[in-house]
Amino acid sequence: MIQLFRNALRDLGRNRRRTFFSALALALGLALLLLMAAFISGEMDSALDTAIRLQSGHLQVRAKTYDQSKTSLKWEDLIENPDLIANQIASLAPVKVASPRLYATGFVSTRNYMSGVRIIGIDPLSEANAPYREGLLSGEFLAPDDRSGILIGRPLANKIGLSAGDQIQLSANTSDGDVTEQTFTIRGIYSTQTSAFDGAVVFLPLAKAQSMTGTENHASTIFILLYDKGQTGAVQEALQSSIYKVLTWAEMNELIIQTEDLSKGYMTLFYLIVLGITATVIVNTLVMSVFERTREIGILAAIGMKGRRIMAMFLAESTLLAIGGILLGLALGYLASSYFAHYGFYIGDIYGSSGTDFLINDTIYTKLTASDATSLTVLAFIVTLAAGLFPAILAARMEPVDALRAEK
Amino acid sequence: MEVARVVNVTRYFKTGDVETQALRGVSLSIQSGEFLSLVGPSGSGKTTLLQLLGCLDRPTSGQVFINGKDVTKLNRNQRADMRRGTIGFIFQFFALIPTLTAFENVELPLLLSNHNAAERRARVQALLESVQLGERAHHRPDQMSGGEQQRVAIARALATQPALVLADEPTANLDTANGHQVMEIMSRLNQDTGVTFVFATHDPRVFNFARRIVTLRDGLIVEDRLVENPAPEPVETSA
Ligand SMILES: Nc1ncnc2c1ncn2[C@@H]1O[C@H](COP(=O)(O)OP(=O)(O)OP(=O)(O)O)[C@@H](O)[C@H]1O
Ligand SMILES: [Mg+2]
Repeated sequence: MIQLFRNALRDLGRNRRRTFFSALALALGLALLLLMAAFISGEMDSALDTAIRLQSGHLQVRAKTYDQSKTSLKWEDLIENPDLIANQIASLAPVKVASPRLYATGFVSTRNYMSGVRIIGIDPLSEANAPYREGLLSGEFLAPDDRSGILIGRPLANKIGLSAGDQIQLSANTSDGDVTEQTFTIRGIYSTQTSAFDGAVVFLPLAKAQSMTGTENHASTIFILLYDKGQTGAVQEALQSSIYKVLTWAEMNELIIQTEDLSKGYMTLFYLIVLGITATVIVNTLVMSVFERTREIGILAAIGMKGRRIMAMFLAESTLLAIGGILLGLALGYLASSYFAHYGFYIGDIYGSSGTDFLINDTIYTKLTASDATSLTVLAFIVTLAAGLFPAILAARMEPVDALRAEK
Repeated sequence: MEVARVVNVTRYFKTGDVETQALRGVSLSIQSGEFLSLVGPSGSGKTTLLQLLGCLDRPTSGQVFINGKDVTKLNRNQRADMRRGTIGFIFQFFALIPTLTAFENVELPLLLSNHNAAERRARVQALLESVQLGERAHHRPDQMSGGEQQRVAIARALATQPALVLADEPTANLDTANGHQVMEIMSRLNQDTGVTFVFATHDPRVFNFARRIVTLRDGLIVEDRLVENPAPEPVETSA
C-alpha cells in the first residue's frame, strides 16, 4: 500500500508541471466554491440577522385579523393598550425587550419631490429601537413626546437633498381611510447600513403616529426580542391567546429562509458544474499519463501484474492528486474567505428597489462554515476519484500485446 | 521434461479487411534447460510465437501447453498469474520502469508474488550480482547504459525463478560488445541454473550461442536443428 502510493508519487513527479497545474485547477475550483459558499452563508446569515434586528424581531404579537400586507389601521385589527401588554410580555424571563409598534403607509414630499414611505411609530426609549438610535448619522433621535419630529434614512435624505433641521411634508393613511398631511422637522438621519430599509422607512414617536392616524392607544404589533433565539418556540407557546396571534421570526421571514433553501439547491448544481470542469482537467492529465505509459503498462502486464493492480496504481495517482489539490484549495479558499470575512465585500444597494421583504446589508461578510467546508471537500474528493476511474479502467483494460507494441 | 509445447498453432490478425497469417500451423516442443533461438526473416512470426508461449496472446487455433497446462483456455487473470509465476520476459527495448531503480525493477515481480522483504532483498542482490550489476542497484534506468539496462531486465526476468524465459531480440538495440556480454550472461545463467531460454533474433552473432535453432518463414517452421558445439564468435573479431 505504502509502496503503491510512493510509486504513485514518483509517477506524478515525472511531469511535475502537468501534475502541478492539474492539482492547481482542482485547488482553484475548490477555493472558488468555498468562497462562494462562504459568501452565501454570510449573506443569508446577515439577511436573517438584519431582518430580525430591524424588522421582524424574534416574535411579534398581532391582532388575529391583522393583515400585514394591507397595513390595516382599523381598530379591530390592532392591539389595544399595547403598553400594558408589552410590559406583561417583557416580564417573561426569556424576553429581552417587548415594544409596541404602529405601522402605517404614506408618502413624504417637498416642493419638488415625493416618495412613498413606510411609517413606523416606535417607543423611542425602548431598547428594541437601539439599531436605529445607534445608526444616527446626524441630528438627534426622537423623544417620546416629540409632536413634530421625524427620523428619516440616509438614502431618502440624499435623494430629496434635505438634512437634519429641515422641514418635510408627511402624508399618512388614517384608521378611517382618509389621508392626513402635516409638516414635520427632520430631527435626525439614520442608517442601518441596509439601503433597502433605510430608503423606505421613516420613524415617528408612537404617540404622534397614533394621533396622526387616529389610532390612539393602539399598535399594529408588539415587537419582541429574546435573549436566545432558541427560546422562540417556548415563548410563542407561552404567549398563545384567543385574541392575538403570535408570529415567529421564521414565519415572518419565510422569503429569506426559502431563498436560502433554494439557493442551496442552485449552489449544489453550481458546485457540480465547477467540479465537473476541474474533473475534466484531471481526467485529461491521467489519460495523457496512461497513454504515455502504454508500453510500461504492457511491461507490468507481461511480468504478471493484473488489471486490478494496474487500476489501483492509477487510482492511487488520482487520490494523491486529489489530496494535493484539495489541501491547496482549502488553504486558498480559507485565506480568501478570511479576507472577506474581515474586510467585507461591498455590494452596495443592489436590491435597493426590491422593497423591504429581503433586507441585505450593503457589505457582506463571508462566513465559511465547517459544514460547507466539509461537504465541499468531500464532494471534490468524490468527483476527483470518479474522474480518475475512467483513465484507471482504460489502463487496466489494455491488452498486454497491444500495449507492448506501442511506440513508447 | 517438457516446459512448453505448441500444437498446430495458427494466429491470424485482422486489420480492416486485410488478414495477416502470422503463424500458419506451428508445432514445437521445448524441453527444460534448452537454449533455443527462433530465427527467421522479419515478419516470419517470431514475436507472435513468443507472445503465445508467454501467455500474452491467444492463438486463433491450436493449443499451447506450459508445464503441461493448456494455457489457451485461461482467462485474463489466470494468464497474468501464469506469466507471473512461470515466465520471464526480456524485450528488444530496455523494458524497465523509468521511475524505479535497478533494485526496484528487479524486485517488482517479487512484490507481485508474496515474498517477504528479506527474501526479496537477498534475491534481488544476488540476481544483480549474477548480471554483474551489484554496484548499480540504486541507479535509475536513465543513469545506466543500454547494456546495463538490458542486464537489469534479464535479472528481472529471472526474479521469480521462472521455468521459461522469453527474449525477443534482446540484443537488437545493443552494440556488438554489449550484445555479446548479454548473450554470454544469458548462456551462463542457462548453464548454471538450468532455466530454459527461448530467444528470437536474426543476428547470427546471437544465434551462434544457441544449442537449438528453430527457423521460421512465413508463419511456418522450416527448420529445427540442434547445435552440437555452439560457436559464438569472439567479440574481438566481430567488433
Ligand atoms: N497485432 C497485430 N496486428 C496485425 N498484424 C500483426 C500484429 N502482430 C503481428 N502482425 C503481423 O504478423 C506478422 C508476423 O509478425 P511478427 O511480429 O511475429 O514477426 P517477427 O518475426 O517478429 O518480425 P521482426 O523480425 O520484424 O520482429 C507480420 O506480418 C506482422 O505485421
Ligand atoms: Mg519481432
